[in-house]
Amino acid sequence: MTSSWFPLWLSLRVAVLATLVSVPCGLGIAWVLANREFRGKELVDAVVALPLLLPPTVLGYYLLVVLGASSPLGYLYEALFGRPLLFTWQAAVVASAFYATPLLTRSARAAFETAGPAYEKAARSLGASEWRVFWRVTLPLSRRAIGAASLVAFARALGEFGVTLLIAGNLPGKTQTAVVGIYDAIQRGETRVARIFVAALSGVALAIAYAANRLGRRAVAE
Amino acid sequence: MAALSLDLEFQAGQGITALFGTAGAGKTLVLDAIAGFARPDTGRIMLDDRILFDAASRVHLKPQRRNCGYVLQNDKLFPHLTIRENLVFAADRLPRLERHRRVNETLERFQLAAAAGRRPQEASRSEKARCSLARGLICSPRALLLDAPFEGLDAPSRNEIQQLVRSARGDFQIPILLATHHLEECCQLADRMLLLHDGRIAQSGRPREVLEQPASVEVARLLGIANLFQAEITALDPGRNTSRLRFQEYELTGTYFPGHLRGDRVWLCVRAADLRATGRNGARPEANQVPVKLLRVSDMPQAVQLEFSGDITVEVPSQEFEREKDNKEWVVEFPPAALRVL
Repeated sequence: MTSSWFPLWLSLRVAVLATLVSVPCGLGIAWVLANREFRGKELVDAVVALPLLLPPTVLGYYLLVVLGASSPLGYLYEALFGRPLLFTWQAAVVASAFYATPLLTRSARAAFETAGPAYEKAARSLGASEWRVFWRVTLPLSRRAIGAASLVAFARALGEFGVTLLIAGNLPGKTQTAVVGIYDAIQRGETRVARIFVAALSGVALAIAYAANRLGRRAVAE
Repeated sequence: MAALSLDLEFQAGQGITALFGTAGAGKTLVLDAIAGFARPDTGRIMLDDRILFDAASRVHLKPQRRNCGYVLQNDKLFPHLTIRENLVFAADRLPRLERHRRVNETLERFQLAAAAGRRPQEASRSEKARCSLARGLICSPRALLLDAPFEGLDAPSRNEIQQLVRSARGDFQIPILLATHHLEECCQLADRMLLLHDGRIAQSGRPREVLEQPASVEVARLLGIANLFQAEITALDPGRNTSRLRFQEYELTGTYFPGHLRGDRVWLCVRAADLRATGRNGARPEANQVPVKLLRVSDMPQAVQLEFSGDITVEVPSQEFEREKDNKEWVVEFPPAALRVL
């Protein structure tokens, strides 16, 4: 029984870690896009949104190439951790983070651009450094919107399928997440296992949608 | 706002300088340029002997380093911080003990002690306006910029905040620049006013002087002077300090207008409150009186505004109008001392 719960446990772990990775990345990119003017800014914005639009197999292929043992990044990872990145559960974290980051970036940029400017102006005129403006003004003012976006990003990370299958594989007990597990179970005709995972993931998604909506509404009300 | 271009040069000394102009005239842009939020294409901005901006030497200090207290439109208090925390945020660069002392002192001085623990959304408009002003002043800035600070306040709160601005002028001895589109605020508060029109300063001076002698028709319009007529100077006598003007088909006598010639076509400018309207009752109009028809009457707080034929507008005290209101025929008298030509 323990082993049959493993995919769910792995999914949660992967999604939490992917969210933890994508929040700082997303906030950083969003801040730059909201506050800095530079050439090619809209192109950067488009590239950031690309994972949402690319077919998962295409994105998976890119990641296979970029993170493979023969690539510089893959080589670096292997040199640091002593084993290749591909076909481990850590690769699933990377796959999910690629999906979660654009969602966060979009929401955070919108929040920074609407909540911030006038208050940031006030803070700067009071002598606050850019760093202090961000931590004490921008972030607190957009915290609910970012909270809601993080929840959605978490749900998205939890549901990642195509890229995970391509770069983390489907190794039961090692890299098989709940979503991949459902696919695998149906393939093998084990509908009971599939039903458990489906019910669990649906429950989590519903709870997150509810919480994110409430947070989002309060963010608008502020 | 992209089409707005400004070209101005002015000095603001200690005391209150009002930057007066209509909405969209560029008042906020001027304040933004001084505070470091807008970058002019050319020119130089100095505060005391410090260069804040100089296009030629590419100096553009960050807003953080300009030390200007900037009170933004609609107070812009941080909504996630209490009144006290807003002040603490502003006083951050002071050492801890000094900051504590200064915040408490400021809360007392701006009568905010009772509201210190409230968030801005729980505070009254007056408290928010006071806190916004206090926040701008807490670190003893070298200049204070006020962007329409009395907007949306009721009359008692407005008086209260104006009193605080006046006492700040006395206590801080710094230039205070007040952007406003209310003429009354200029007159009540400002030592000097700058009229912003069409991207440049159309006139500057003491508010009373500007009101008395607008420099151009545009300025007169901006100041809300209702009576602007085309007229011709028919006689000038510097010896007796008199002049004669032809206005419509009437001859008016005024004081001598230096700098003008006989035959000049000029704008005659008279403030509505300086004209007198009385009943005609069949009598022939006397000198400087023009027979008119009353078209419209509108009430103002302490006076009544009468609009007559020939686009003549007169303001008379309410009681005076009560006595005269049954007149069928009217004359408007143009007192010689009230006539200005532009």
